Amino acid sequence: MKRLLPAEVETLWTLFTAPVVWAGHFVICYVAVAIYCEKALVWDVDFDHVRLALGLFTLLALAMIVLSAYLAWRQWGFGSGEPPHSGPTDRDRRRFQGFATLLLSGLSFVAVFYTAIPLIFIAGCHL
Amino acid sequence: MPPFRLAHQGKTCSDSPRSHARLRAVALVFLLSAALSSCSGIQSALDPAGPEAEDVATLFYVMLVGGAAIWVGVVGTLFYATRVRREPHSERTAGWVILLCGAVGPVFILGALLTYAVWLLPNMRPWTAPGEEGGLRQIEVTGEQFWWRVRYLDASGGVLLETANEIIMPVGERVLFSLNAPDVIHSFWIPSLGGKMDVIPGRINRIALEASKAGVYRGVCAEFCGASHALMAFTVEVLEAEAFDAWLQQRLAADGSSGADGLGLFLRHGCGACHTIAGTQADGKIGPNLTALGARGSIAAGTLPNTQDNIARFIRSPGEIKPGVHMPSFAMLPEGDVETIAAYLKGLE
Repeated sequence: MKRLLPAEVETLWTLFTAPVVWAGHFVICYVAVAIYCEKALVWDVDFDHVRLALGLFTLLALAMIVLSAYLAWRQWGFGSGEPPHSGPTDRDRRRFQGFATLLLSGLSFVAVFYTAIPLIFIAGCHL
Repeated sequence: MPPFRLAHQGKTCSDSPRSHARLRAVALVFLLSAALSSCSGIQSALDPAGPEAEDVATLFYVMLVGGAAIWVGVVGTLFYATRVRREPHSERTAGWVILLCGAVGPVFILGALLTYAVWLLPNMRPWTAPGEEGGLRQIEVTGEQFWWRVRYLDASGGVLLETANEIIMPVGERVLFSLNAPDVIHSFWIPSLGGKMDVIPGRINRIALEASKAGVYRGVCAEFCGASHALMAFTVEVLEAEAFDAWLQQRLAADGSSGADGLGLFLRHGCGACHTIAGTQADGKIGPNLTALGARGSIAAGTLPNTQDNIARFIRSPGEIKPGVHMPSFAMLPEGDVETIAAYLKGLE
């Protein structure tokens, strides 16, 4: 398992991973449905297929966020120390970043889930 | 609170707790009555007269209860922290409170409210697929600055009749409104019947509404569109099926050729270049259709009661009644001519 996971690298980019997945999911969901609804009369694709595809994409996005959260948890030292990690040391800086990334991953997970709720109930385009 | 002094009595209000309490009670009743007055009437989303509007009202009440529960929780916590227990909790307990009440709780409460709202959405805005609207009565509504052009369409999409600032519709029948605008964005909203729909230049938006109760309602423009945006309303009259058919036949047969003096002046002063009156030479398309104007409840898009005096006022100085209106002032016409034209228009039915 550990071999499959990327090695711990100290970069600020890991902090942005989950919010970037959230942003990408949001944009793709809205753009995909907007284009589909505009082309619904031209394309011979059922709306349920679009919902299903976006549902699978949502699961993929959630899985990526969970992975990001796991890496953040690891960076945080699996919760071995209490926040706020405010000491002027390399260790505290890593722990702080890990903790912040974990919180952002939680926020992104909920946001992606909220974005996907309409897929459950909205069954067609409103033209 | 510093006591304020009643000069003529030389007493302070804080001297009399009873008068204080009475003042508070009066203020509360006043505020409540002001708030409750918006729960009914011809333009209230909380007094629904159609299935979509009922769902909108239900959603409002559910959100209100949800919001009130959150408010009680927050204020209760504040009360607990400042009045019940003033000593600090342990950091561990505080951490749990923040996690549960600041993160987990809101996620579930907001998730539940969001899910409910999205679940209700298809009912609030029933979807009519292209090609499925054949059986529905269609009305084309054009948002102009600052009035509504209303065209009843026949089954083939041709214009059956045109009117302005009034929509007459049958009870218990779904009507499909096609919305468009030539100038700026407006929004078509009949709060008693359902949600609003934007009216966008270069695009036809559609909304299907059904009225379940006969009566007179008020619709408005709900998107700021210029100086007289607030004066861009319309009347919605929901009639029983037979009464609606009778109205339709009467309106189709409307003829403005009687009242020769008024019609003559109307045409001579060029009013017909912008306005149409069925059965006459007046066939202008720029301004509102004035056929059967006398039968409408109001003039100038819901701005003034429909009286002869008000029609004359509007002819003389439309810009004073509706700032930014495209119709020029006709104050230069002889007073008698304006009165005769106003009497003629008021008599059109």
